[in-house]
Amino acid sequence: MAAPVIEVSGLSKRYVIEHESRHDNLRDMLHHTARKLWRRVRWGTGFAREEFWALRDVSFSVNQGDVVGIIGRNGAGKSTLLKILSRITEPTTGRVRLRGRVASLLEVGTGFHPDLTGRENISLNGAILGMSRAEIRRKFDEIVAFAEVEKFIDTPVKRYSSGMYVRLAFAVAAHLEPEILVVDEVLAVGDTMFQRKCLGKMEEVSKSEGRTVLFVSHNTAAVQNLCRRALLLESGRLSFQGGTSDALARYVSSGATTGGLAIDKQVVPGGSPVRCTRLTVNGDASDRIAVPNAIEPLEIVTEVRVTAPVKLSLNVFLCDRYGNKLALCSPGHDDDGTSVHAVTPGLYRLAARVTLPRLLRGQYLLDLALVQPYVAQYTTFPCAIELTVDSSGLSWGRMFENAGVPVGFMVVPGRITAERIADL
Amino acid sequence: MSANETEIFPSRPETVLEAGRAGADYWREVWRYRELLGFLAWRDIKIRYKQAVLGASWALIQPAITTAIFTFVFGRLAKMPDGGVPYPLLVLAGYIPWQLFAGALNGASGSVLGNSQLVSKVYFPRLIVPLSALAVALVDFVIVLGLFLVAALWFGFVPDWHWIALPVFIFLTLLVALGGGLWLSSLTVKYRDFRYIVPFLLQVGVFVSPVGYRTDLFPRWRTVLALNPLTGIINGFRWCLLRGSQSVDLVPIGYSLLLTAILLATGIWYFRRTERQFADII
Repeated sequence: MAAPVIEVSGLSKRYVIEHESRHDNLRDMLHHTARKLWRRVRWGTGFAREEFWALRDVSFSVNQGDVVGIIGRNGAGKSTLLKILSRITEPTTGRVRLRGRVASLLEVGTGFHPDLTGRENISLNGAILGMSRAEIRRKFDEIVAFAEVEKFIDTPVKRYSSGMYVRLAFAVAAHLEPEILVVDEVLAVGDTMFQRKCLGKMEEVSKSEGRTVLFVSHNTAAVQNLCRRALLLESGRLSFQGGTSDALARYVSSGATTGGLAIDKQVVPGGSPVRCTRLTVNGDASDRIAVPNAIEPLEIVTEVRVTAPVKLSLNVFLCDRYGNKLALCSPGHDDDGTSVHAVTPGLYRLAARVTLPRLLRGQYLLDLALVQPYVAQYTTFPCAIELTVDSSGLSWGRMFENAGVPVGFMVVPGRITAERIADL
Repeated sequence: MSANETEIFPSRPETVLEAGRAGADYWREVWRYRELLGFLAWRDIKIRYKQAVLGASWALIQPAITTAIFTFVFGRLAKMPDGGVPYPLLVLAGYIPWQLFAGALNGASGSVLGNSQLVSKVYFPRLIVPLSALAVALVDFVIVLGLFLVAALWFGFVPDWHWIALPVFIFLTLLVALGGGLWLSSLTVKYRDFRYIVPFLLQVGVFVSPVGYRTDLFPRWRTVLALNPLTGIINGFRWCLLRGSQSVDLVPIGYSLLLTAILLATGIWYFRRTERQFADII
C-alpha cells in the first residue's frame, strides 16, 4: 500500500477575537491602543481576548483515489479545514503532508472578470486554478463544449445568464488535473441537470484517473453518491470518520433536534413583522414528534404575533433526515382568503391540517415557515421538527432511501385557518 | 498498483503545511507562479484599455497637460534655468519616470486589497499581485516614452547614445515603487485608511521630486534633494534622454540605490511577515 496522499496530524486553527477591537483604520487602532494601555495601568487588565478554535486537534489520512466527504454543521470547521489544505491560511499548530499537486475549488469562477469574454476568462481562471498555458490551450475546446457556451465564447461574461456563467466557471474547474482536488459547496449553484453532469465528471475522474477528492457539501445525497468515506466535524473536532452512511447517520442523530421545544428553533429575519409565540404539531410542542401512522393528517397549530398588516400563510417542507427537501405543502398562489389571510396587527392562531404522502418508516424533518407564498418569508423553522414515522404499512421500500433521486411534489393542504385571538 | 501509479503521476511534489513554514521555498514558488503573474498583468492591462473610450490616448493627455502647466509655471513664471534644453522636453523627461513611479506605486499599493476575492479563495505567493501591478504601469510608460520621442523630434533634440543606460533607471524606478508598494499594500490590508496616503504622497511628491525643474544647477540643495530616492532616478532619466546635458551626479544616484535597497528589503520583509494572515483579515 502506497503512503497516503493526505496526512493530517494534530491540526488546529485558532482565531483571536479581541472584543472592543474593530479597528479597521489607523485612528481607531491608536485610540484602542491608548485605551488598552490606560486600562492596563488602571486596572491591570487589557481587553478581553476571546480565542476561538475553528479546528481542534484534527488528524486523518486519505489514500490515493479516495473520494472523501467532509460533513458538519455550519461553523463546524469544514471551510477552515479546506482553507488550510488549499494553503490559503496557515494552521496554528499541527501539520499537513500532501503528496501531489493540489487544486482547490472553494468557489466557482474565482477571478472571473465581467468585462472579459468567455474565452479570456477561461484562460485567466485556468491560470488562477493552477493550469499551465499549454494545458489551457489543449483543453480549451473541451471546456467550451462542456459548458455549452460555444456561441457566446467571445461575448463578455457580464452578458451571460447566470446559468451560463456558472456552467463556464465549473467547466474550467472540472478540467483541472491535479492529483488532489479540494471542493467546497460549489455544487449548490447551477441547475440540476448541470449539477448532475458535474457530479458525473467528478466521479469519472476519481475512478478512472485515481484522483483524490475532498468534498464538502450540504447536499447529503451528493455526498452519499460520490464518497465512500466521510469525515464528520463537530465544533472544530473530528467526531467521526468512516463509511459515508454511518457518518451521515451520526451527522443526523447529532443533529438538529434536541428533544427541546420546537419554538426555540425559530429564525426570525431582522425587521420581520411576524413572530411565532407557540408551535405545536398534533398537540405536542416538542421538536421530536412520533407519528404512529403516516396516513393521519398532521395538525399544525401556531400562535403568531403580528405587528404590521401582512398576508399570512404557512408553508411546510417535508425533508428527509439529512435535510433534503422531499415535498412542499403550501397553499400556493391561492389568494382568495381561504388559506392566505390578510391580517392586521394582533395575535393570531394559524392552524393547518397537512395530509402527508404515504411515508416509509423512518425519520423525517419538517421545515416550517410563515410566509406570504412566493412573496415573503416572515419567520422560519429550518428543519426544526423531527418526525418519526413508526408504521405506514410500507416497509418494503428501503430501496428508495438514500437513492439520491430528487423527489419533489406538492401537497395542497386542507384549509389553513387564521383566527384572531387578541389585540396587541 | 504502485507501478501503475508511478505512470500516472511521474512526479509527486510533496508539500508540508505547518505554522511558519511558508518561507522555505518562497522564491522558487514565486518563480513557479510566473505564468499567473503574466495572466494577472494581462488582465489588468486588458481591462484598463477595454472600457476607456479614449483608450491609450488617456495615457498621453495627462503627461501632455502636466508638461504644458509645468513649463508655464517653472519655465516661464519662475524662470528656472533650462541649461540649454527646450523646457517642455526637460519637464517631460522628468515626468516620464515620475509617472512610471506613481503608476507602479499606486497599482501595487491597492493590489492586494483589489484582489481580495482571489486572496481569500486561492493559494499563490501573494507577492505576484503587487508585481503584476508593475507591468500595467510599464505599459503606460511605454506610451509616454513614445510621446517623448515625438516631442524630441519636434524640438530637434533627438536622444543620442546616452539612452543606452535607460533600462537601468527604469528598473531602479520599479524597485523603488515596489518597495513602497509592498509596505503600503500590506498596511492597507490591515488598516484600510492607508489607501488615502497614496494619493497624498503622489500629490506632494510631484513637486518635491525634480519633475518640473532640474537640480544640477542648485548645488547648495544637493544633499537635501538627494534624500528623495527619485531625485537620482529623475536625474538619470534626464541624462539618458537629453543627450547627457544634465550631468550625472553620483551622490543622488548613490542615495537612490541605498534608499531603494532599504525600502525594498524592509518592504519584502514586512510583506512576507503579514501575507500569511491576509486571508484571515482581508
